[in-house]
Amino acid sequence: MSFLLTQAVPGDPVTANLGQRASEDPDAVAAFRAANGLDKSLPEQYLTYVGNLLTGDFGTSQQTRNPVASDLAEKVPATMELALAAILVAVVLGVGFGIVAALYRDRWPDQVLRVLSLSGVSVPTFWLALIAYYWISFKLDLLPAGGRLSPGAPTPPQVTGFYTVDSLLAGDWATFGDAVSRLVLPALVLASFTVGVLLRFTRAAVLEVLGDEYVRAARAKGLPELTVVRRHVLRPALLSVVTVTGVAFAGLLSGTVLVEQIFGWRGLGAYAYTSALALDLPAIMGVSVVVAVIYILINLVVDLLYGVIDPRLRLS
Amino acid sequence: MTAPLLEVSGLRVRLPSRTGAMLPAVDGVDLTVHAGEVLGVAGESGSGKTMTALATLGLLPHGARTDGSIRLAGRELLTLSDKQLRSVRGREVAMVAQDPRTALHPMLSIERQLTEHLRHHHGVGRKAARDEAADLLDQVRIPDPRAALARYPHEFSGGMRQRIAIASALAARPSLLIADEPTTALDVTVQAGILRLLDRLRRERGLAVLIITHDLGVLSSIADRLVVMYAGRVVESGTTADVLASARHPYTHGLLDALPEGGSAAMRPIPGSPPALGAVPSGCPFHPRCASARDTCAADVPALLQIAPGRLSACPVDPYAPVREVVS
Ligand SMILES: Nc1ncnc2c1ncn2[C@@H]1O[C@H](COP(=O)(O)OP(=O)(O)O)[C@@H](O)[C@H]1O
Ligand SMILES: [Mg+2]
Repeated sequence: MSFLLTQAVPGDPVTANLGQRASEDPDAVAAFRAANGLDKSLPEQYLTYVGNLLTGDFGTSQQTRNPVASDLAEKVPATMELALAAILVAVVLGVGFGIVAALYRDRWPDQVLRVLSLSGVSVPTFWLALIAYYWISFKLDLLPAGGRLSPGAPTPPQVTGFYTVDSLLAGDWATFGDAVSRLVLPALVLASFTVGVLLRFTRAAVLEVLGDEYVRAARAKGLPELTVVRRHVLRPALLSVVTVTGVAFAGLLSGTVLVEQIFGWRGLGAYAYTSALALDLPAIMGVSVVVAVIYILINLVVDLLYGVIDPRLRLS
Repeated sequence: MTAPLLEVSGLRVRLPSRTGAMLPAVDGVDLTVHAGEVLGVAGESGSGKTMTALATLGLLPHGARTDGSIRLAGRELLTLSDKQLRSVRGREVAMVAQDPRTALHPMLSIERQLTEHLRHHHGVGRKAARDEAADLLDQVRIPDPRAALARYPHEFSGGMRQRIAIASALAARPSLLIADEPTTALDVTVQAGILRLLDRLRRERGLAVLIITHDLGVLSSIADRLVVMYAGRVVESGTTADVLASARHPYTHGLLDALPEGGSAAMRPIPGSPPALGAVPSGCPFHPRCASARDTCAADVPALLQIAPGRLSACPVDPYAPVREVVS
């Protein structure tokens, strides 16, 4: 599917990758086409591509001139570190505040949180990113931003590719602090929309469960209110929140394109952006495949969580 | 006669409408239940039965106002704090709600649902609580109680779930069980089983039962006394035998005539429908639907008067009185 889409783009990779002079030189164009297999017919190109993919070969990026696979191996952990941090923030804040809003329905905490969730979903991410970058890290100098580590700082020995985790594993506290402080701002910006969505959704889900007959039954047992909420209300409410979180995570990944650009985060989003501009087909295809795999994994995790939360959905 | 276990008097429950006005859902209800007695409360839906039950547990909808008095073993419940009320709920007064599909929590094990309040109220350990729960499941005739404890509600049939819900209500050893439409969603044989179960529990444990239903037929076999409610008020009460054999209020007659079998006529529903909250007619609330109504019925709310020992009725016209005085 993405293969066909990339072919349908009304642009020519040749002109996008070769300079003005070179694209007017028929020999250079032919050489570029041959080197990248663009002289073959479409079905042939497709079969070659899929065949290579199965052996882990994504082809060579026309832009970085590295194998796409090694580009991806470098970029994917960077993006996953950012996206996982953001979804963690979004779940903790969104779900936590959503529960509070529902329990304090129509009282002041609910009203304050309603404003928060509304701004979360309505403030455009790029605007928030620029404002945060400019004010928080440039003007007020509260948090550093731009890149995953201070310029020139050595990267921790690679284990997971997450600088925060790798620096911890290496016992390198200074690098850990550096990595975390540079992760906070882009993660918060990336999370803002999802916080708003999850807050609204959690509030609605908790309110719905609070009206259920079995919650009244739990109250009729004389259990403390905290037990009623923790044991009887949260579980069914979280079931629907999990679905939304999965969808939100997928949406959040597309947000990385923008946030990575602004925060100089050298991850998949930034890579996808520059590859798309350059019509770097192997790189675009590589990104699409990775994103597809991540989506499948998200769905898998969501399905597994269903079973953990709801005994009716457990396989016997 | 000994003092009643539950004594409700002059109970009024007002619920907030969408516009903020407080509308009476229960309007001056008196009733008593003694230990070991089954009291049936009947009336079409919307007559305030559930609100009366919820008031007893202090579980009325948000914003509801309560007046009057509800005494349990002599102790006033309406003035209790939240904390004090929580120690009454489940432990002294338990409630089984209407629908077996929704009364049990779908994601908690039967053991958890049968033992959590027992452990909370009586400080019983996990193992002892499990033994007691298994014993209860056995009493409500759930086969293989031990294994059932590890299961979840969706693994049981509707009738079994309702019996489990009753077991759960009884788990913290209450003295009064309020059963709100405990058999409405069930088929006739399962229904009969539940009623036999309640009857046995009352005999064996001295349990007092307040059973609520819109179906007078359900009550005939199990209730000692009946209270008939309409539009938030009691319109007739007496022993079950008396009320069923010689109903005095036209509304009670209407309910009996609407039953599928028995009674003098076959299945004749009462024309019209009960009034909505806030739209209760003046005078006798039943008069617009009543075949025996006279002009005077629209004027004053009729008082609930004693018409025979232990019999009360709120119909001054009294068209079904056994001996009619001939007015010349
Ligand atoms: N949560 C609520 N808010 C407002 N009105 C309600 C609520 N629940 C019930 N009512 C109204 O209160 C009246 C009595 O209801 P209820 O006690 O449930 O009747 P019953 O149990 O006899 O069917 C009805 O008119 C009903 O519409
Ligand atoms: Mg009801």
